[in-house]
Amino acid sequence: MGKLIRFIPLILFVVLGVVLYRGLSLNPTELPSALVNQQFPEFSLYSVNDEKTLKTNADFKAGIKLVNVWGTWCPSCRAEHEYLLKLSKTDRFTIYGLNYDDERVAAQKWLAALGNPYQFSLFDELGKLSINLGVYAAPETFVIDHNNIIRKRFAGPLNANIWRHEFEPLIAQIESEQQAGK
Amino acid sequence: MITKFLASFALSMTLACAFITTSIVHASPVDTYEFRDEVTKIRFNDLTKELRCPKCQNQNLADSNSPIAADLRREVYDLLEQGKADSEIVNFMVARYGDFVLYRPRVNSLTYILWFGPALLLLIGVIVVVMIIRKKPQATVEKTLSTEQQSQLDNILKDK
Repeated sequence: MGKLIRFIPLILFVVLGVVLYRGLSLNPTELPSALVNQQFPEFSLYSVNDEKTLKTNADFKAGIKLVNVWGTWCPSCRAEHEYLLKLSKTDRFTIYGLNYDDERVAAQKWLAALGNPYQFSLFDELGKLSINLGVYAAPETFVIDHNNIIRKRFAGPLNANIWRHEFEPLIAQIESEQQAGK
Repeated sequence: MITKFLASFALSMTLACAFITTSIVHASPVDTYEFRDEVTKIRFNDLTKELRCPKCQNQNLADSNSPIAADLRREVYDLLEQGKADSEIVNFMVARYGDFVLYRPRVNSLTYILWFGPALLLLIGVIVVVMIIRKKPQATVEKTLSTEQQSQLDNILKDK
């Protein structure tokens, strides 16, 4: 017993060391989304290019959807824009934009000048839908499955590398679920 | 000459300090919300202090200048206007941003260590202290020598 007590400080030191060392490699800005595996929230918003007709959840096509949160005030959105254009050429999923806390004219100019990867971009001036989605910065990208369930939230700009590791396996998984008729 | 220089130096330092303090005061965000009564105002202030800004991680909603904090402050205001209870507003935020938005985490299986860890450590400390205190009298008893041992010791000391 007496000998064991002598090792207690060493054991404590090792445990604390392991915990703190792990803490070094954690990213505190990577927050778990509270919305994964939940239905995409209801919305009724105008789009950036059409200020007359309201878009609702019914305007989403069937199948897999990406919802990309962007704004003209966000430099990382410009960085990922080219990659989004590339992604929009596929027919495996459709891409929708969610323009967050922005000005309509600036957003329209952006889409005209840089190209439009989105089926349509919801104009969320007051951030109502964005708050419902738990968005706290742009860019963010959500993966919505064929049952309108949010399957993933990714914060940060997209590129080929991130797509390959973070998105491709999930899209393939949802596709196989679709085929299985789930 | 030198005194004049020192005086002007002191004056400019004072002015600089005054400028820095005023600019700090002006840094906190100013919203113009009209509350229907004093209670709602206090509730708004309490809620925005309790809720953490998701973007700027070490600030609460009340202190942060970021656009998302402004949006969330407006959301809190709207919910208060709709007559929602404080707990409903907190649940609304947690449902969207997760437990992270709470500066005072809820008691659940994930946070037991956080809430009860310190008390547990204190308890262990008290137990250890009590054990040490209880042991002490025994140790002093052992130190006294029997008459036989004492005479032995005396003999040894005599030889020297």
